[in-house]
Amino acid sequence: MSLKPGSNSAVLEPAKDRSGKWYSLRLEYDASRTRSPWWTPVLSVILALLLCASFIAANGMSPLVVYEKMFRGAFGTSYGFTETMVKAIPLLLCGLGIAVAYRISVWNIGAEGQLTVGAMAATAVTIYFPGLPSFWSIVLMLVFGTAAGALWGLMTAIPRTHFGVNELITSLMLNYVALLALDYVVFGPWKDPKGFNFPGSPMFTAAESLPVLGSTRLHIGLIFGLVAVLIYYLMIRFTRWGYELRLIGANPTAARYAGIHIRKHIIIVMLISGGLAGIAGMAEVSGVTHKLMQGISPGYGYTAIIVAWLAKLNPLGLIVTSVLFGGLIVGGYSVQTIGLPSSISEMLQGAILFFLIAGDMIHRFRIRRSA
Amino acid sequence: MDFTTQLLIAAISAGTPLLLATLGGILTERSGIIQLGAEGLMLMGAVTTCIVYIRSGNLVLALLAAVAVTALLGLVHSFLCVTLRANQTMSGLAMTLFGSGLSAYLGKPVSGAPLPGTSPKLDLGALKSVPVIGEIFGRMDVLAWLSLLLVVLLHLLIHHTSWGLHLRAVGDNPATADVMGIRVQLIRYSYITAGAALIGLAGADMVLAYAPTWNEGLTAGRGWIAVGLVIFARWNPLRALFCAYFFGALDSLGFRIQLLGSAVPPYFLKMIPYIVTILVLMYLGYRNRNKPSGTPEALGTPYIREQRF
Repeated sequence: MSLKPGSNSAVLEPAKDRSGKWYSLRLEYDASRTRSPWWTPVLSVILALLLCASFIAANGMSPLVVYEKMFRGAFGTSYGFTETMVKAIPLLLCGLGIAVAYRISVWNIGAEGQLTVGAMAATAVTIYFPGLPSFWSIVLMLVFGTAAGALWGLMTAIPRTHFGVNELITSLMLNYVALLALDYVVFGPWKDPKGFNFPGSPMFTAAESLPVLGSTRLHIGLIFGLVAVLIYYLMIRFTRWGYELRLIGANPTAARYAGIHIRKHIIIVMLISGGLAGIAGMAEVSGVTHKLMQGISPGYGYTAIIVAWLAKLNPLGLIVTSVLFGGLIVGGYSVQTIGLPSSISEMLQGAILFFLIAGDMIHRFRIRRSA
Repeated sequence: MDFTTQLLIAAISAGTPLLLATLGGILTERSGIIQLGAEGLMLMGAVTTCIVYIRSGNLVLALLAAVAVTALLGLVHSFLCVTLRANQTMSGLAMTLFGSGLSAYLGKPVSGAPLPGTSPKLDLGALKSVPVIGEIFGRMDVLAWLSLLLVVLLHLLIHHTSWGLHLRAVGDNPATADVMGIRVQLIRYSYITAGAALIGLAGADMVLAYAPTWNEGLTAGRGWIAVGLVIFARWNPLRALFCAYFFGALDSLGFRIQLLGSAVPPYFLKMIPYIVTILVLMYLGYRNRNKPSGTPEALGTPYIREQRF
């Protein structure tokens, strides 16, 4: 095969076909093939599983045993499945926020920090406004959580729109700032005096906790997520705002010439993105942990990036991928029982993303037969 | 030793990994490809150094392994971004995620285990007895000296050789470079790989000179600070030296203030480098709003021969 640097096609060695005619195969790049087929996400998950299997095997474990353990832990029992759904809730909310931003190429990777400040703001309600009736305390927590997340998003948007600072760097730096702020409050002013010196806020009262389904841990945050998906889907399809967003996503230059205010859209999109992550944070403290503590998020904000990309930024696809990745996280925990670190799931996530972006491009090349 | 000397020593020690990673980023991005995988590459460099050094006891072997592993990851990034023309932002993110997951997985057995030694220091002879200078230089290890040498070499390479001219041409206008007969893909592959290896060396320096053992997520965002420093240094190796040491000083200033018995909680002091990064980038963006920022003009756009833009 000869491959000229910079060229768009690679010519494979000439060969004879059955009738004895000489031909050669050409690998051609076709830039017009922008829609990727449905099978790239599926294939990238399979390839990532194979790649990580080789690392697991190199460590002297059987990949089949490990994967079976992960699958059984995540989807095999009803307890495992509800846990998977519990993890899927923050992934769905953060992933939706990320999808909104990525649609117009605003690369928000700050969902982790936005989720953290959302959780902190919700906890602030329980500390500074104790004893509210259940309905009002939940509503107030939701408002505070959303506002805090949106504010954190705005702190990423303003440097981008008015100072030309790359939003990747800003949003990531703010993640570290948020995590340090969390450490400060759980070790400092909000530490539970009756907590045996353990870092964390006091437990929430029943009125400050989200209702759960039966005796499981599955809380009504799931409904927040599904409603958000529905609203987003309708807005994108049927409003002028959604149309403008789609236009910027398809061709930013054309959108600017059409008089669309891109700066304004970046700010709106980051407010939504941060706000949704803030809701996820509120739902975590109020629905799952019932108190603020360190490690409130095991990297939901980062996992949500892959969840969104794997779903091709499609809101309905997000429901599927967030359940899948919720399972991956729960599965990661369950391999700890056989002495493996849960970072297996993080490694899998990175590998899936690698294969996914490669697959999206590979299908743009096609093999052609030429005389 | 007075406070300033101590701060200078700490600034160089904390600044060296940042400098190496920033130089790696500059090499990559000068060729027109965004490098956002620095955090993952640094982690992989650090964990490889730890594992090989602890298992073999040979420092040179450990450093070579770190360079080899990260160069391999650099090849993956090159293949995705140059040959497949994939989304460079996403490829960098994937590298960071994969690198932090894999390093945590591979590093689990050596987590918390002490390294057999640190990187050696040069014997400076008579210079060592000179008061302040001797104290500062006497504490610099081989990698710190290497990073200084690299600053000079890369400056000469980029601005005073024909290779550097080719590199800048590829980063600014690949189509024209291609017409002039410069092998765009080859140059991009080489510099991305070399840049990734340098970032891996930065990770090795983190464990050897800065933190004594491997811990999950050891770099704590320094790879991302390096990504910011590349912009701050305007893709220029000499400026990178100044910027990296400035941030090294900020990083260690937190510790110093704490040691002096400050009433400010340590969490706020640890926030300083992150917040200053954002503020400095905002200031630079504001100041250079109508001026060229030094960005390679083709940064982030894949080059496709025979295609109009």
